[in-house]
Amino acid sequence: MLNRLTDTLDFQAQALTLRSERQRLIASNIANADTPGYVAREMNFAQALREATGTAASTAVLKTSQPGHIGGGADGTVASNRSPEANLAYAAPSQTNLDRNTVDMDRERASFADNTVKYEATLRFINQNVRTTLSAITGQ
Amino acid sequence: MSMMNIFSVSGSAASAQSQRLNVVASNLANADTVAGPDGTAYKARQVTFQTELVGARNDPTAAGVKVSAITEDQSAGRRVHDPKHPSADADGYVTYSNVNAVEEMVNMISASRSYQNNVEVMTTAKSLLMKTLQMGQ
Repeated sequence: MLNRLTDTLDFQAQALTLRSERQRLIASNIANADTPGYVAREMNFAQALREATGTAASTAVLKTSQPGHIGGGADGTVASNRSPEANLAYAAPSQTNLDRNTVDMDRERASFADNTVKYEATLRFINQNVRTTLSAITGQ
Repeated sequence: MSMMNIFSVSGSAASAQSQRLNVVASNLANADTVAGPDGTAYKARQVTFQTELVGARNDPTAAGVKVSAITEDQSAGRRVHDPKHPSADADGYVTYSNVNAVEEMVNMISASRSYQNNVEVMTTAKSLLMKTLQMGQ
């Protein structure tokens, strides 16, 4: 019963953590806008959230050593526990630079603003959730 | 809390950009310097940026910036024929520094824009963190 109350909260907490990680990633891109040879990174947010909240389709499979064992993936390995860097991609450069830097400041600023708004939205969801739970507990 | 690292990332970038601005300022200040007693005029300086990972366990998502080197432009200085000048050589030429004022101005604008960008990132991160601290109230 109680886990139903906190399930939404858990999901939003994971989303907030990922949002703050993406915020840091975009800040790194903006910081390195003038560094020669720096390659801009971008996060696959939907994929990262799906993996963090465990709603991905069969990311974790059991390892089997005997033919009678239950549940094994195609290759019989554990596919979970991927590092957070696994969801990082290299941003495709729109205009190439002489110093091989691929940071597109317009895109980074837009992503930064977008991520800021979504971070605040997640925060509001959490606050509202806490308020709803509190009013359910107090019953007033 | 991964957002705490934003201040190291953007802070290192702002510090690197301000060093670049400092170098531009000394280049512009010495744009009209003539050769000193040793016969060599002021050489324009240039900073080189390098990525420096500031997070724990070499996390590529926390990439700051550092100034890896300050190099001197080794091209020959501007030579002007002015035999009456006290620093003129035997042929009547005065050697000025090799600073290109137009290049330096462009460099200055670029550095100041990048600095502003990083300050704005820090301002946004700070307001987000303040809101996070008030979570659940």
